[in-house]
Amino acid sequence: MFRPLLALLRRDLTLALRRPQDALTVVGFFVVVVALFPLGIGPDPEFLRSLAPGVLWVAALLAVMLSLERLFSDDYRDGTLEQMLLVPEPLGLLVLTKIFAHWLITGLPLVLISPLLAVQLNLRPDEILILMAALLLGTPILSLIGAIGAALTLGLRGGGVLIALLILPLYAPPLILGAGAVDAVMHGASAQAHLSLLGAMMVFALFATPWATAAAVRIMLD
Amino acid sequence: MADREFRAVALAAERGDRRLFDDIDFTLSPGQLLQVSGRNGCGKTSLLRILSGLSRPVAGQVYWGDEPIQSVDGGTGSCLGYLGHQNALKEDLTAEENILIAGGLGGGRPDREAVLAMLASLGLAGYEDLPVRYLSQGQKRRVALARLLLQPRALLILDEPYAALDVQVIDVLRSAIEAHLERKGMIVITTHQAVDIDGDCHKLQLG
Repeated sequence: MFRPLLALLRRDLTLALRRPQDALTVVGFFVVVVALFPLGIGPDPEFLRSLAPGVLWVAALLAVMLSLERLFSDDYRDGTLEQMLLVPEPLGLLVLTKIFAHWLITGLPLVLISPLLAVQLNLRPDEILILMAALLLGTPILSLIGAIGAALTLGLRGGGVLIALLILPLYAPPLILGAGAVDAVMHGASAQAHLSLLGAMMVFALFATPWATAAAVRIMLD
Repeated sequence: MADREFRAVALAAERGDRRLFDDIDFTLSPGQLLQVSGRNGCGKTSLLRILSGLSRPVAGQVYWGDEPIQSVDGGTGSCLGYLGHQNALKEDLTAEENILIAGGLGGGRPDREAVLAMLASLGLAGYEDLPVRYLSQGQKRRVALARLLLQPRALLILDEPYAALDVQVIDVLRSAIEAHLERKGMIVITTHQAVDIDGDCHKLQLG
């Protein structure tokens, strides 16, 4: 039963490797947006530090957003998505596999590059660790929720903007919890509550969103 | 190969507000072929998408044996293969990779030798290692056909399979279709060309 899922995962990763520019644009966008902030608001290290959690999280949201449009649209355009409906596996699991591949290609690189940018914004090592933990729990949520928007806008003109309008409001909870976790450590409190809630949210999204996304894909392909 | 009948009962479809067709009934037994014909825009593709469970009909139901097509054990895809207008190939992957991955997705353990032999029989020897992007329209269609023919499905639903194919490949495809019927498979096909296939052929005129 896992063979088809592995085949799909390998396919998506191979495609990403053959076209590395897609993944690199997302990371590049993240880096540039975060790097622009000190230029705009001045070099005061303490002020930058207090803004850092919010800046990093909003930049990560926007970077993931940027990559969402392509999650299903390529497969939709060349007809492979249609063939996927005929694969003898639950569509929800196939969708989940695609989302996992999407996270490996876009979300994980953001987590890995975030320490560099955090140093630039003057975060301390223990805060950077919490930032990475929060992003590690949070970026999968972004991919999972975003997939619903990507599926609902399949084949629509101007789908990218529509995804942003549909999905950005839903990104508020992970943003609040993720940035809040780093904020808490900054002010000497524990980040455990924030991280636990973020983890709970990820588990919930993991179970609920693939089925919603699968239903949306079926409707859009009907 | 197939041990069940494939039935359509009182199918109807609409596009926009326009009724495309009404009350389509047929029964296909193992070893039979159904050729759907009709003018452009009379709903051939819509009918084929309904038959393959991709779209829902406005009225009626499609049955695989006694089960509705959407709730067949093991999924719709376990009993039928569908080739639509789109080739469903990944441009960045080679022909061989495309077919192997599709085989893996279908749950099989695809055999590399069989893939190469099938590609060669469709006149694509020497093109296996080329990204599909560099192939011509006709060659892409042939890769899509090779993928379909390598999946052991009882029912094949082919939408304009002859489009963009040259005469030699049409012959290869015809013998593949005849072989499939001989193995007690079933085929639903739309085409604008006359097909002279040896076997139990039935016709359905739309519009």
